Amino acid sequence: MTEFVSPEAMAEMIPSGVKLGLAPDGSGSCPAMIRLLIERGIRDLHVVCAPIGGMQVDMLIGAGAISVLETSAVSLGETGGAPCFGRAIRNGKIRMLDATCPAVFAGLSAAEKGVPYMPIRGIIGSDVLENRLDWKVTTNPFDENEKIVVVAAIQPDITLIHAPEADRLGNVRLGRRREIMLLAHASKKTFVTVERISETSLLDDEKLAAGILPAMYVSAVAEYKNAAWPTGLYAEYELDAREVDNYARAARTPEGFQAYMSSARSAA
Amino acid sequence: MTRECTNRELLIYTISRLLTGVRHVAVGMSSPMPAAGAMLLRVLNKKRGLGDVQVSILGSVKHNAFTSGSEELFDCAAQGRIDAFFLGGGQIDGKGNVNLVGTGGYPNSEVRWPGSYGSAYLYFLVPRVILFREEHSPRVLVDQVDFISAPGATEDGVYRRGGPHALLTSAALFTFQRDTNRFRLESVHPGRSAADIRGMTGFSFDNDHCEVETPGPDAETLALMRSQVRTELAETYPQFAASLPEAA
Repeated sequence: MTEFVSPEAMAEMIPSGVKLGLAPDGSGSCPAMIRLLIERGIRDLHVVCAPIGGMQVDMLIGAGAISVLETSAVSLGETGGAPCFGRAIRNGKIRMLDATCPAVFAGLSAAEKGVPYMPIRGIIGSDVLENRLDWKVTTNPFDENEKIVVVAAIQPDITLIHAPEADRLGNVRLGRRREIMLLAHASKKTFVTVERISETSLLDDEKLAAGILPAMYVSAVAEYKNAAWPTGLYAEYELDAREVDNYARAARTPEGFQAYMSSARSAA
Repeated sequence: MTRECTNRELLIYTISRLLTGVRHVAVGMSSPMPAAGAMLLRVLNKKRGLGDVQVSILGSVKHNAFTSGSEELFDCAAQGRIDAFFLGGGQIDGKGNVNLVGTGGYPNSEVRWPGSYGSAYLYFLVPRVILFREEHSPRVLVDQVDFISAPGATEDGVYRRGGPHALLTSAALFTFQRDTNRFRLESVHPGRSAADIRGMTGFSFDNDHCEVETPGPDAETLALMRSQVRTELAETYPQFAASLPEAA
């Protein structure tokens, strides 16, 4: 059964220390919830980016909430580098699990299918592989002349995403953002904030059904309008590039980051 | 009087030449010039009655037919459905290794870039990977990268049908020779000499006294770039498209 809760209650349901799955900025990111988690003082997260991170990940890093970061990249897109991320790397404040996008998807696919690992082409000879003790090179069991990488299953404890809408049953419309579907399938629990609640079942419309995350994967839904601001929500509203620029400028120093987080909070 | 071809227009035109013959080209995020080059090829092929070119631009709604999420690009590449792709790089070395992670140690890099994205995988699977970086300097084009996000060459016994095809910068065009794992200077852009290129490049390369000048587009092609291609590009990259010359 999907619970319907307030955003604040949802934030209380995400404890410190969990493996947390997050969407890329603009594809289901939820910076408003990230703020609530930071205000609550969440700590020691292992964040899995599917497959890259942006502003919401940078904010968590700046707040000291992440201990392990598993991602293929962290960037503020057109704005440029993610300032708290760069600082944390230099100062050794986070343990980095550098990945490559399809390897994250392979790990999530393994979890989705309930198998321990997934083979994936490429990667051999890169320093990405050298630094991932949880990835192994094995022999193709069907061709002993071929070496191939296998990556361990990635199963987040909780995935936290924002989506356009949910219905009263807990079905969530993701549309063509199917990497978020994969992330939710792979995770033990998925918490979703939405722009709006539909009074009719989203599964009733055959044209929509293939883009719906069924309620059986959805542990909780909170209505939270505009919760993807300023990163944007595909097919709903655009990135607020000026605000991301403001953030990037402020977050160049730890003090600037703190000031941004508290001033934007009082404005919200 | 038509305005002369700019450096960026020369690069876009050169990208379209490097893509000659491809059926499906994918362009990553934040890559306006590769996107423009791919769109130019699509327009030119149509005009010349050649085959259709599928252009998949990540981050675009209109120029992106994927419906299975961002993993579909990688699945497509693994099946051989993508012929060309572009990689940038904070550092690119003389053996075609690409570094998208950082410099000054790992993991606590002094300078940290976003990360490897899909490079460690696509470099193996897409036949024609075009390395594109506008900055041509010894700090970018280095003898040996500090971190290998994606290797230029691979030992035997590892599946690999793709890899570096060419390296294009704002100053020159190189091709990559897979038999020797070295770059070869193919042409130098107008206003530069081979001696300039030697001084601006941190690795050694073949044909380093090359006197060929990179050819620019003819008037008709340039006009297409300033009209149709510019308009198509504006859907995904409005700011970049606005910075390109417009047809009179």
